Amino acid sequence: MSKTATEIEQPDAEQDDTALFGFWIFLMSDAVIFALLFATYGTMTQATAGGPTAAAEFKLVPTFIETLLLLTSSATFGRASVAMKYDEPRRVLFFWLFVTLGLGLVFLGFEAKDFADMFADGAYPSRSGFLSAFFALVPLHGLHVVAGCFWLIVMIVQVRVIGLDRRVKLNLLRLGLFWHFLDVVWIAIFSVVYLGGHIA
Amino acid sequence: MKNGTERRTELRTYAVGYLLALALTGAAFAAVVWPSFAAGTTLAIVLGLALVQAVVHFRCFLHITMQRASRHDLQLILFSTLIIVMMVGGTMVLLMNLRTRMM
Amino acid sequence: MNTPVWPLLLGRFEWRDLPFVRAILDPSASNLVGAFAGGLVVVGAIVVALVLTRYGKWRYLWSEWLTSLDHKKIGILYIALAFVMLSRALVEAVLMRGQQAVAINTPGFLTPDHFGELFSTHGSIMIFFMAMPFLTGLINFVMPLQIGARDMAFPWANSVALWLTAGGAGLMMASLIVGQFSTGGWTGYPPFTEVAFSPDVGPDYWIWAVSLGSIGSTMAGINIACTLYKQRAPGMAFMAMPLFCWTSLCTAILMIFAMPPLTVATALLALDRYLGFHMFTNDLGGNMMNYANLFWLFGHPEVYILILPAFGVYSEVVSTFSTKELYGYTSLVLATMVIAVLSFTVWVHHFFTMGQSANLNAVFGIATMTIGVPTGVKIYDWIWTMFRGEVRFTVPMLYALAFMMTFVLGGFTGILLAMPPLDYLVHNTLFLVAHFHNMLIPGLLYGMLAGYHYWFPKAFGFRLDEKWGRIAFTCWVVGFYLAFMPLYVLGASGMARRTHEIFDPSFRPWLYVAMAGAGVLFCALGSLFVQLVVSIRNRDALRVFAGDPWDGRTLEWSIASPPPEYNFAVVPNVDGRDIFYRRKHAEHQAPPYAEPYAYEDIVMPRNSASGVAIGVFAAVSAFGLIWHMWWLGVAGAVVGIAALVTRSFGRDQHRILLAADVAREDRRWRAALAEARSISRHTEMTTANQGLAER
Repeated sequence: MSKTATEIEQPDAEQDDTALFGFWIFLMSDAVIFALLFATYGTMTQATAGGPTAAAEFKLVPTFIETLLLLTSSATFGRASVAMKYDEPRRVLFFWLFVTLGLGLVFLGFEAKDFADMFADGAYPSRSGFLSAFFALVPLHGLHVVAGCFWLIVMIVQVRVIGLDRRVKLNLLRLGLFWHFLDVVWIAIFSVVYLGGHIA
Repeated sequence: MKNGTERRTELRTYAVGYLLALALTGAAFAAVVWPSFAAGTTLAIVLGLALVQAVVHFRCFLHITMQRASRHDLQLILFSTLIIVMMVGGTMVLLMNLRTRMM
Repeated sequence: MNTPVWPLLLGRFEWRDLPFVRAILDPSASNLVGAFAGGLVVVGAIVVALVLTRYGKWRYLWSEWLTSLDHKKIGILYIALAFVMLSRALVEAVLMRGQQAVAINTPGFLTPDHFGELFSTHGSIMIFFMAMPFLTGLINFVMPLQIGARDMAFPWANSVALWLTAGGAGLMMASLIVGQFSTGGWTGYPPFTEVAFSPDVGPDYWIWAVSLGSIGSTMAGINIACTLYKQRAPGMAFMAMPLFCWTSLCTAILMIFAMPPLTVATALLALDRYLGFHMFTNDLGGNMMNYANLFWLFGHPEVYILILPAFGVYSEVVSTFSTKELYGYTSLVLATMVIAVLSFTVWVHHFFTMGQSANLNAVFGIATMTIGVPTGVKIYDWIWTMFRGEVRFTVPMLYALAFMMTFVLGGFTGILLAMPPLDYLVHNTLFLVAHFHNMLIPGLLYGMLAGYHYWFPKAFGFRLDEKWGRIAFTCWVVGFYLAFMPLYVLGASGMARRTHEIFDPSFRPWLYVAMAGAGVLFCALGSLFVQLVVSIRNRDALRVFAGDPWDGRTLEWSIASPPPEYNFAVVPNVDGRDIFYRRKHAEHQAPPYAEPYAYEDIVMPRNSASGVAIGVFAAVSAFGLIWHMWWLGVAGAVVGIAALVTRSFGRDQHRILLAADVAREDRRWRAALAEARSISRHTEMTTANQGLAER
């Protein structure tokens, strides 16, 4: 025999392609979940039951800062992907991954603060159908970011412990897709929920 | 060096995407903070900008192009968009109809 | 008996939640039935464990089956799960028919709540834990063989999907032993399933069992679609795929896009129940009509998830046993795609009476009738395939024929129901119940059973007993007509579905006939088990080791039965449809069993216990949430996630099969092939059949 199992186990480019396609399908399936929560939110904007309304509760300044944080984290993750693809020194990769993680965590901090303020205002999910729909939609995106951050930590550890073998690279590519996808969902959230809430 | 050129092109794509995203986000927020149109028009502008920004993200960050390599991905995304439009559109029409009839 | 026991540890568990305790406190017929069912689950589990220990089969079971990533074994496990769950749900159906037959102006032997549990579990199990595992298992087993692949695109995710589904099924079984199930039907409509009206654990069992099943199905869908897109044998164009693969692809696409609405519906209902949200409540702005909307955004495509694979099976079966090429292949592919897309445009017909405007109803009514067109195309294609063919009436073919006639009948009543004014009259009656059983029994169950008989020799290397197969078939068909035709009459006369007690004595004769039909259906299930036992005992005579018992047309028949772990010693090159049949029977073709020039090393995935761990701990976590044992909910989730992360760190997850070993195994089969007697098609149902067709 000529090759060991570990050598052959390294998937070739075609298998990478399959794996990424599979992940794209998952993302689209996830997109349907978000789309339906948006539709549900859209049909419940009037259901405030005499409680807090969108215009009163949604603050544009923190939303704008959160948006900038997420946009920037997408760009920094892109920078990390380039570092991985062109075999730049390991510390460059780590630097950009850590920056991305940091931005993600700060985003989560801001969002948690937003929710805490809303709770303090009496705007909690059990208050009305409208707030229920809001808290079903926006924190789900937040939970995705939490999952993304956790995954990022796992990947940083794997790059450190295992190095950049093909599977680690593949998983970083998938995480990249996930991260950029969350950005697209956030565009819809700030446009429909936050800006939309202030227009109406 | 070919690798170097490719790398520069890729970095430029991310940079362009980032700048476009910032500009589009800024425009959307500006349209709401300094309203100069009727509410309906503003909403349409904001949603239009969001759509454009989503396309920018798909093109610059997620590398979905018209090239052959990402043809399957593009087909998948377009089909998903069709399904989402049917589901969201149907839900809105149906539940709005029910709401008006129950008023 | 009515206070929680150690609430910190056991959440809201009370002694009364055990059916045995209930039966002792109040030995009514209903409670005794409940205790007997719970006892059956416990005793059954103990007996299985004892048998495994007695024969020392634990290790074999664990390392050869439960942790295997082989798509064939995963497929077989799915189907085994489906048969277990089918047995339970069918018994429940018999109980319900019994109750309705006796409860005319008397309360009968079941309490209303118990009756409610029965129709809820019957529906939930039949859809999520019988039909879905059966079709997923069949696709899992057959599809990679048909496209010349060695495994699915993601073997490990395949195992996770199986175990999530099994975890959901486990929760359904647990509800027999602790607590009670939902009484809200398989659709779980709020506000009835909200805390205000159903404060017990029932709806929570339903929510989490269904959620695990739907996540598993989404994963299975992604896997199937990816496999078909990326793993086809070299040269196999999309239009060269067997029709079963096409229907698998469309089913997979439906799973990917139709399961999320269900996940959203159950998750939002869970938020209402656990965190006091107001998504679907009566008060504070909740909108329960959105639940119906979300549920049926899933529910209607789900109907086609169930039916399309059966259409695929029929296409293969009708073509093989008519000894003819499938008529209208292209039109069948197009019809399948049209059905898949249209299935997303008709969901409103499940709630025509909710109060939306007549114009909206008209749009969805017309869209619904449109689906009849591609379905009709398919029926004609199958009829034309049989036309002037040399039809052999084997068991799968009999199911296909029964399907064609019965399904068309159900389709007619479907067109009736698609008219909103008529739907207003018969909605929520037994007419509807008769209609959907009339679609799903031929359109799903017969198809799955046809596939089971058709591919069983491929999976295990011996045929199923023909005589008992015919007995079972007769019972399934006669039982169906006896059990469900009366329901059309009853429904049209105004008898509401899900009725616990009946006050119109003129319904009595029809209910008796339906009861008798349920009894015949029970015998049908029994015959299937007898058939399995008889076939296993008689397996040496039924052996078809050469691998091609039916003069098959597609690639799966060109290899040994049972197939080796890697399916194909050398991946075949494919230049069109029915390639194996053409090689056997057409001139100017390469011979069907040409020995390869050279063998290569093959890489196969190693077994993995993490799929089992993720499924089991997801179910444990869900069990904790159901009973408000918060520590268990958290602990289960943490262990499940830890198993996932550990797997991602693992390396060396493949093993290599040496070319020399592959060659030896392949040559051994070829030697047996050379020894085998070839048979003409007319003797394929006799023991002369060794799996080699006459050329």
